Amino acid sequence: MLKINNLHASVEDKSILKGINLEVKAGEVHAIMGPNGSGKSTLASVIAGKEEYEVEQGEIILEGEDINELAAEERAHKGIFLSFQYPVEIPGVSVTNFMKTSINENRKAKGLEDMPAKEMLKLIREKSELLEIDRKFLSRSLNEGFSGGEKKRNEIFQMAMLEPKLAILDETDSGLDIDALRIVANGVNKLKSKDNAVVVITHYQRLLDHIVPDYVHVLYKGKIVKSGGKELAHELEEKGYDWIKEEVDA
Amino acid sequence: MSKYTEDDLREELKTKEYEYGFYTDIESETFPVGLNEDIVRAISKKKDEPEWMTEWRLEAFKVWKSMEEPEWANVHYEKPDFQSIAYYSAPTAVDPNKTLDDVDPDLLAMYKKLGISVDEQKKMNNIAMDIVVDSVSVATTFKKTLGEKGIIFMSISEAIKEHPELVRKYIGTIVPTKDNFYAALNSAVFSDGSFCYIPKGVRCPMELSTYFRINQAGTGQFERTLVIADEGSYVSYLEGCTAPSRDENQLHAAVVELIALDDAEIKYSTVQNWYPGNAEGKGGVYNFVTKRGLCEKNAKISWTQVETGSAVTWKYPSCILKGDNSVGEFYSIAVTNNYQQADTGTKMIHLGKNTKSTIISKGISAGKSQNSYRGLVQVNSRAENARNFSQCDSLLMGNECGAHTFPYIEAKNKTAQIEHEATTSKIGEDQIFYCNQRGIDTEKAIALIVNGFSKDVLNKLPMEFAVEAQKLLEISLEGSVG
Repeated sequence: MLKINNLHASVEDKSILKGINLEVKAGEVHAIMGPNGSGKSTLASVIAGKEEYEVEQGEIILEGEDINELAAEERAHKGIFLSFQYPVEIPGVSVTNFMKTSINENRKAKGLEDMPAKEMLKLIREKSELLEIDRKFLSRSLNEGFSGGEKKRNEIFQMAMLEPKLAILDETDSGLDIDALRIVANGVNKLKSKDNAVVVITHYQRLLDHIVPDYVHVLYKGKIVKSGGKELAHELEEKGYDWIKEEVDA
Repeated sequence: MSKYTEDDLREELKTKEYEYGFYTDIESETFPVGLNEDIVRAISKKKDEPEWMTEWRLEAFKVWKSMEEPEWANVHYEKPDFQSIAYYSAPTAVDPNKTLDDVDPDLLAMYKKLGISVDEQKKMNNIAMDIVVDSVSVATTFKKTLGEKGIIFMSISEAIKEHPELVRKYIGTIVPTKDNFYAALNSAVFSDGSFCYIPKGVRCPMELSTYFRINQAGTGQFERTLVIADEGSYVSYLEGCTAPSRDENQLHAAVVELIALDDAEIKYSTVQNWYPGNAEGKGGVYNFVTKRGLCEKNAKISWTQVETGSAVTWKYPSCILKGDNSVGEFYSIAVTNNYQQADTGTKMIHLGKNTKSTIISKGISAGKSQNSYRGLVQVNSRAENARNFSQCDSLLMGNECGAHTFPYIEAKNKTAQIEHEATTSKIGEDQIFYCNQRGIDTEKAIALIVNGFSKDVLNKLPMEFAVEAQKLLEISLEGSVG
């Protein structure tokens, strides 16, 4: 599904990613952990195609195609979805209207007609139930005045609507109380299939209790310094990152 | 998809001479350039006006001569030479040999985008319509329906002849000839415009927009509009057109007067999309408009405007809240791109008790444009319990444009409650990236964000026009980012 080879990236001439190698296969869940400032969110942004990030070296391959030259929206059309750590507000644009635009733009890119209104409503109903979202919520302006939890739940709602091939969840657990965490994780699990993949970026083990990863990677100073199974996450939870830092910096 | 750009427009204007070549045949209908008493008399005579009207124009001309062009607005432009303008020009004639095939395909593409009917397209391009077309019968039906209700709706020239008592009673009472430089000029030389009278207790059964759009397009450079809503009546009136107006006149100075008698309500919506000049700031229309309404007891006047065109806009639709419990509203979206300049806002003059006003202004600036909101809320000493709420929001695109807010508040009564809120925001790269990530390209993302920003005002427009106005916003801002 996704193959990253020797990826180096910088923002404003500051080098952040320094040789990332990562392979995610269809049906897998990968967790990327690591201390603050290690480059986790940068990696997510670079995969999604944020313009400010300069790829200096290496390749990002999605289903055999190098997507490095593609604009962010083209990557989205190919099935990359990023659940933002800090979702932005768009005043005056309702969640429904935003989703409608998003879905139809994605369809347009595939040469499809707009989704019929009836079908759209059905889809919205189905997916909002999955995320236990109140219908009133959908007519509110996108992320405006949303609580931290509502924002994250809304991100996963959008993921459910768009059914991406590769979903990257950037600290989706931050700002969630325990109930919201369960709902969000439950949503992600229901969307998981053998044909798609999920990359979970998190600081904490607790999300990984709900979304169980096949692989755990530790990102430190712009490199993946350790990889392992789900037990690595437990180890990190117990011991913190210091032992890894020591290993690397030694 | 072919995009309608400023370049296309420029090309179109270059070829304009050819396109409108049939003008030469009726050249004799255009007066010599310049303005003096004889020209004013000649205009009045040409229109076969009664003596009182001629005198009124001459009086206005005298006043105008003694006035100076105002300079207080936050706009900079080369002042028009008033002696090099022709003040009367024959109405645009229909060219019997022209068909829609002769019209610039890009322009047609834009009409299609805006959803403008073929008949209207023909009308706007001065193409003769088939003998039996819907709009003709529709217009007849309109006339009949309006006639049955006693509603008068005609050109002001006709009204001066057919209903002199009404015109004479009200014209210039809300915007006096000496009100300002452009109003005085308009009073002296106004070419034509619309007149509307709604009798007591009558609710006008249709948006006067539809009729207006089909039948009154291109009323000219110095337009004069007078709307009178008699006691307890209601009318929703819409002027302008979302399609680009190819007016060759540099200067537009219109006057609109609204009179809402006791318990009456007038909704007045405007969509202005005149030629804004090219991307380098050359050309474009100067739009200097005076619009004002008077509310008697329990009356209500609502101004809604979407301003996307013109190189320079100077316009302050206002309400005089004379009667107790009267209500004034102003909802505005002003978009400026490239080198456009807009200085627009409103005046709410509270004279009566328990009068209320609401001002919602949304300014969107892109390119190197300057967009100013200028508003006055004035509460007279006898206006007990006056209320005002003002909200002025500015949205900036890029780093070279400007947004300015000049709110003036004068309260002479202690019971007044005046609220003013203002925000300035920029379309952020983060917002765009968020949309991109959801598969929405940058152009569409901007349209989405701008529409969201403007929603409060778009909602106030009549339904079918809101949709067109929304598309118009997108087109006006096309190519403004990246």
